[in-house]
Amino acid sequence: MGFIWFWLVAIMLVAYVVLDGFDLGVGILHLFLARNEQQRQLMLRSIGPVWDGNEVWLLAGGGTLYFAFPLVYASAFSGFYLALMIVLWLLIMRGISVELRMHINVGVWKSFFDGLFFFSSALLAIFYGAALANVIRGVPLQEDGYFFLPLWTNWRVGSQPGILDWYTVIGGVVALVALAVHGALYLAVKTEADLQQRSRTVARRLWMLLLVLTIVSLPASMIARADTLANYRAYPIAFLVPVVVLLALLGVIQFCRRGDDRKAFACSCVYLTVMLVGAAIGLYPRLLPSTTGTRYDITIDQALSGPHTLRVGLAWWAFGMCLAFTYFVIVYRMFRGKVSLEGGGYGH
Amino acid sequence: MDALLLHRIHFAFTITYHYLFPQLTMGLALLIVVLKTIAIRRKDERYNEAARFWAKIFAINFLIGVVTGIPMEFQFGTNWSQFSRTTGGVIGQPLAMEGVFSFFLESAFLGLFLFGEKRLSPWRHWASAFLVFVGSWISGFFIIVTNAWMQHPVAYRILPNGVYEVTSFWGLLTNPWALQQYAHNMSGAVITAAFVMCSVGAFYVLENRFSEHGKVFLRVGVIAGVIACVTQIFPTGDLHGRFMAKHQPAAVAAMEGLFSSQKGAPIVLIGQPNEERQSIDNPIVVNDVLSFLIYGTTKAEVKGLDQFPRDQWPAPLPLLFYSYHIMAGLGTYFALIMVVAAFLLWRGKLFQTRWVLWPLLLSFPLPYIANTAGWMTAEIGRQPWVVYGLIRTSEGYSKYVSSSNSLFTLLGFMGIYTVLSILFIVLVYRIIDKGPTIGEFPAVPKSVPTTVA
Repeated sequence: MGFIWFWLVAIMLVAYVVLDGFDLGVGILHLFLARNEQQRQLMLRSIGPVWDGNEVWLLAGGGTLYFAFPLVYASAFSGFYLALMIVLWLLIMRGISVELRMHINVGVWKSFFDGLFFFSSALLAIFYGAALANVIRGVPLQEDGYFFLPLWTNWRVGSQPGILDWYTVIGGVVALVALAVHGALYLAVKTEADLQQRSRTVARRLWMLLLVLTIVSLPASMIARADTLANYRAYPIAFLVPVVVLLALLGVIQFCRRGDDRKAFACSCVYLTVMLVGAAIGLYPRLLPSTTGTRYDITIDQALSGPHTLRVGLAWWAFGMCLAFTYFVIVYRMFRGKVSLEGGGYGH
Repeated sequence: MDALLLHRIHFAFTITYHYLFPQLTMGLALLIVVLKTIAIRRKDERYNEAARFWAKIFAINFLIGVVTGIPMEFQFGTNWSQFSRTTGGVIGQPLAMEGVFSFFLESAFLGLFLFGEKRLSPWRHWASAFLVFVGSWISGFFIIVTNAWMQHPVAYRILPNGVYEVTSFWGLLTNPWALQQYAHNMSGAVITAAFVMCSVGAFYVLENRFSEHGKVFLRVGVIAGVIACVTQIFPTGDLHGRFMAKHQPAAVAAMEGLFSSQKGAPIVLIGQPNEERQSIDNPIVVNDVLSFLIYGTTKAEVKGLDQFPRDQWPAPLPLLFYSYHIMAGLGTYFALIMVVAAFLLWRGKLFQTRWVLWPLLLSFPLPYIANTAGWMTAEIGRQPWVVYGLIRTSEGYSKYVSSSNSLFTLLGFMGIYTVLSILFIVLVYRIIDKGPTIGEFPAVPKSVPTTVA
């Protein structure tokens, strides 16, 4: 049961990152990519009908973590208190900037929400990356299973780190660049002509940076946490993960150069998925490793809810996911193809 | 400052602000279905125009409701981690279901409803509105189930490691407290929507702008309002009050300001509870009524606060007393004004009767206050417990999140919500000022330009 729920939560978070990831990517890029009002509107339109549905994966994933592993939910959310609150504020800002921009046709109003959209998307990407890096590095758990991290201390990875240190900042930057590339590839799929060309160019330029950062992140993780590769050494087949990561990255650049945007975007989805799966393999069976000694690690067994809760949960979860999947297929089908400013397209 | 108090204020502030929006969207979702049904059955285009107008107001409220709702789910973990840790196996379940089922449903069909009218047949568009209504009402149900378990825990057991788990999922969903609270709460949401609709309708009629639509709003708002206002008192309020008297007697004693047990207990209409002297200052009372309301006979004994140890009194007691009285007082006013308005509507005189249109115009803030006061009654009444009789609130908060950190984020939320309020008022004012669009489809899609620069 613990094994199943570990991976179910992981799948939901991966779905969130892959789906909302391109919304964030579009937000990160739109100030630089769009040359005029029309292009800006096209970019917003490309995510307009889907972003809020994508965000539901975060809620659904959070809720599932809550009832399947209450200890982790309680410990991590209170321990990362300040960062989490900032993430909540950024999610509010992102939501209103996407939706309210078009309500008043005044330049200053629109520019304000454009700026807010960029600011909130970029910081969200950085915070998500840093959050994952925090979990990989571990947190100073106490005997009672709780901890509290300040936003930063001395920026070093030690037994009493801050939420931001050199390692988690690397994690944040990796996420920022990875989601920017992801968003650019999504835009290349959804747009045409000038905007499409510019999206491809941005994706290609950022790709180099992403490659370097991805390669750097592996040794960085090993420095931040010596036993990162323990599971990999025990099950060498797991070394397929870095191989697939690199192949996916190569696929991104190859397909992008050839102008096969859908495949390039698919490769980017694979890249994000496998990066996260790689982290999950490194963690298993821990959910929240400790920097204060392995005896304080929170493992699946410790955090798992009671058996009846999980059985019931599995039943409705499977049903709910079928519904959610159907919904996604319908929405994305209605919204398939290129976006344009004229009517047509999903719901416009 | 006291950490426990700050965590309570943190949750209270964010949830109170959040619930200003869902109470309107849940009620409005139903009224929009009503408008669309009448439009189809009577083939009256004014009702479609009215539905489109209210859909715009709905969309903005829905957005603010969504963005302020996300922090709620995470605050269980951030500010109430000890409580989440022990009870996550129970209440995490309905919260996750809210995300997985109803939220997906709403997000999916809201898009279709708001922007799909041109492409869908009238009945299919009606169906999309209906599914938005169903989604939002299911959503409300899961939240109520969560709260009801904290008020009246059922279908649980405690595992050896001190963690709670569900023993019967069906039992959790059919918690009698949840069913009563749900009925009372949803009729409260309809009251908010009805008063808001009446207020805009009265504005248009008094102003003699869009007065044909204003009359539609008034007609639908008054009829829905009178039904919901009566339902709010009887049976939902009555049932819920009696059930509460049985299961949370200390809360009821504090709500009513009954310090000592009495046969033929009086009801206090107004007054100020004095905790030191254990009496009500400046009271206006009616004898025997409380006994009658709870037990159906004027002679029955009602338990007063003297029956309960001091550390089980709800706190802050005066705030509970006032919340309950504000809720009940406003609820009575709502029923009166709506009955009068409904009578005049039936006689065909409502649209000319200015002394009723004016109160209808001005009353729209009151249901928000009443709904908020009702929730404060429920939540303060539950104190000092976070899960009634099982876990004290003082054992639930995040002990490693200091009061200073909690204050920091509380101020942050206050700032952001102030900005949200300003944006909200500006946008809703523009919609009301512009009025319903006559004879054409709406042209305010989301993230899409109305004009291309």
